[in-house]
Amino acid sequence: MDRHVISVLVENHSGVLSRISGLFSRRGYNIDSLSVGETEDASISRMTIVVRGDSYILEQIKKQLNKLVDVIKIVSLAPEASVYRELVLVKVEAGEKTRASITGIVNIFRANIIDVSPSTLTVEITGDQSKLQAFIELMQPYGIKELVRTGLTALQRGDQQISQVGQ
Amino acid sequence: MKAADAIVKCLQKENVEVVFGYPGGAVLPLYDALRNNGMVRHILVRHEQAAVHSASGYARTTGSVGVAIGTSGPGATNLITGIATAYMDSIPLVIITGQVRTDLMGRDVFQEVDITGATEPFIKHSYLVRNAQQLPRIMKEAFHIASTGRPGPVLIDIPVDIQNTRIEFNQPDELQIRGYKPTFEGHVGQIKRALRKLRHSKKPLICVGGGILHAKATKELAGFALKARIPVVHTLMGIGAMGVDHPYYFGMIGSHGFAHANRGVGQADLLVVIGARVADRATAGSGIFAKNAEIIHIDIDPAEIGKNLGTLIPVVGDAKHILQQLSDGIEPLETEEWVAELASIRDRVHTEIHNKPGFVNPKQVLRDLGEVVDDQAVVTADVGQNQLWAARNFPMQGDRKLLMSGGLGTMGYSLPAAVGAKVAAPDRQVVAIVGDGGFQMSMFELGTIAQNRLAIVILLFNNSRLGMVRELQDRGYGETFGIDITDGNPDFIALVQAYGFQGVQVTNTKDFSASMRVALESGKPYLVECIVDAKESTL
Ligand SMILES: Cc1ncc(C[n+]2csc(CCOP(=O)(O)OP(=O)(O)O)c2C)c(N)n1
Ligand SMILES: [Mg+2]
Repeated sequence: MDRHVISVLVENHSGVLSRISGLFSRRGYNIDSLSVGETEDASISRMTIVVRGDSYILEQIKKQLNKLVDVIKIVSLAPEASVYRELVLVKVEAGEKTRASITGIVNIFRANIIDVSPSTLTVEITGDQSKLQAFIELMQPYGIKELVRTGLTALQRGDQQISQVGQ
Repeated sequence: MKAADAIVKCLQKENVEVVFGYPGGAVLPLYDALRNNGMVRHILVRHEQAAVHSASGYARTTGSVGVAIGTSGPGATNLITGIATAYMDSIPLVIITGQVRTDLMGRDVFQEVDITGATEPFIKHSYLVRNAQQLPRIMKEAFHIASTGRPGPVLIDIPVDIQNTRIEFNQPDELQIRGYKPTFEGHVGQIKRALRKLRHSKKPLICVGGGILHAKATKELAGFALKARIPVVHTLMGIGAMGVDHPYYFGMIGSHGFAHANRGVGQADLLVVIGARVADRATAGSGIFAKNAEIIHIDIDPAEIGKNLGTLIPVVGDAKHILQQLSDGIEPLETEEWVAELASIRDRVHTEIHNKPGFVNPKQVLRDLGEVVDDQAVVTADVGQNQLWAARNFPMQGDRKLLMSGGLGTMGYSLPAAVGAKVAAPDRQVVAIVGDGGFQMSMFELGTIAQNRLAIVILLFNNSRLGMVRELQDRGYGETFGIDITDGNPDFIALVQAYGFQGVQVTNTKDFSASMRVALESGKPYLVECIVDAKESTL
């Protein structure tokens, strides 16, 4: 099943998130991730939803979302025309012996160490999914104690804004 | 003014003459405002579910928005089945619920329930009002959203303290709802494409649903079919979209439709679907629906197009407009042979009517009902065998209406829907068709009928069974279970007499028409109980 990234402008008030997540679960659409936050206009939030499905499902998702009065606009963000980013925080075991090599990997990936304890390092890394995946795999041998990810967020490339894009 | 008074003022601005409701603590300010104002009639129902069904019957009879009111908690949850029923059939309703005080919300206090959350899957839109000042705008939006685009129910949940807040009445002249812009006019290019396809079709067929009725497009449909010479079939919800006396009328499709209509769909080379979602009941679950046809799908809701049917030419917009545009652009097609072919299939099929002593044949009775009632009659039907007997046998002509719960199949719909119809149109004959099971699911509404002296004729088919389930069990399992209600059934005549109605029991098909005439002419609530053989089949 193909992965699609869709960007949804919605009214920024309570209840909207549950309407959208309810629609996905009720109709059996698979969500990989959903991230949401206010936009440059405080009355509008923007959701980035990563879904799996064929073109029929994708069309259904867009049409059903569009029926919600709180949904203002929906666009698909194709990989070649968009930038995708995700933030991951990893708390990894780091003793005397391993600390240096972890720091080396962190530097290569241009990640940041944002917290240190005698036995752990907490690393912040942003990037597209393949970069994050590679980093996480490299951290695994050291022992990942905790990991949290924001879910993907995305914008279209170039000077276009979502309000100018045809649906 | 008080926000509660503003609600009533808004109702008046929307030309609401009647509301169907049931009071409770969380709507006391609203009820006081209704009493004070005195201009909006309040029909006190006996159960909130009936308030919504009645509002639905009212909306479908008048073509305007129906309004139902309930209190918080159990009042609100009782509304739910009605709301889901209306949603599935795209009925324009505004439902107002009371809610607990804003400062108590979220603490599971007495009679608190999250009704906007609970109804979210089957409602067009809902509001939880937290700022009283916004109420006039929200009311206006609710009526607009309920009645435009694809119609549907809209709920406004109003905490009791909000109803008591003093506000300045401000309502925008123009609504700006940035996420709600239904397409009205059909795309000219798509209409041209559709016309081109039609011109090259040898066996075109039009299949219509309830959308024709919502769009008030029956005249345009009749005109287009006649001019273009295209036969028309319909779904269950499309009953009444075209009169049975139209020369191109070819009946109802679907699992409970007519074989000739389904055969027509199978043989057509071009199917024009209008205002129908064509779900499983309409395709008879076949998966080979319209297997030889290319499909033009016209619907005001773009989400219906491509959902259940692969579509060649989608046209989004209002059916009335689009049919007019198609009519203007079409020349008569050469369909004589195709129409004759369909007619010959139809004429070969015959439903035999058997008469068993001591029993009424419901199929014959419903054909006879067509002779007895006038062309303005509003008939409601419940769910079960009685619904399909009515759908298949009651002849739709003139301005007759046949109202039922198609999408959800909600038992208990017909009695309260008839209440709404009679309140909406006191001068029209109103007949509520119902089974002995469904009657007992809404019989509390006899109180509403009595209190408001509504001259509704209840046509009860008493087969001492939950007949439709009986038939499914007989066919699918060979044995029946949990469907025999003989022992618990009341003396229905005595029951309605307790409410002051008259009643007559009919045990012979040929006695039906005379009894029905007496009932209709009485000008009072009346029960006509037909005793039906438990083994009677639906088709
Ligand atoms: C609220 C509700 N509960 C259950 C059903 C399932 N159901 C469909 S038809 C039917 C039997 C209806 O019996 P009755 O009202 O006597 O009508 P009949 O089929 O005998 O004409 C039942 C139980 C339903 N449609 N709605
Ligand atoms: Mg029965």
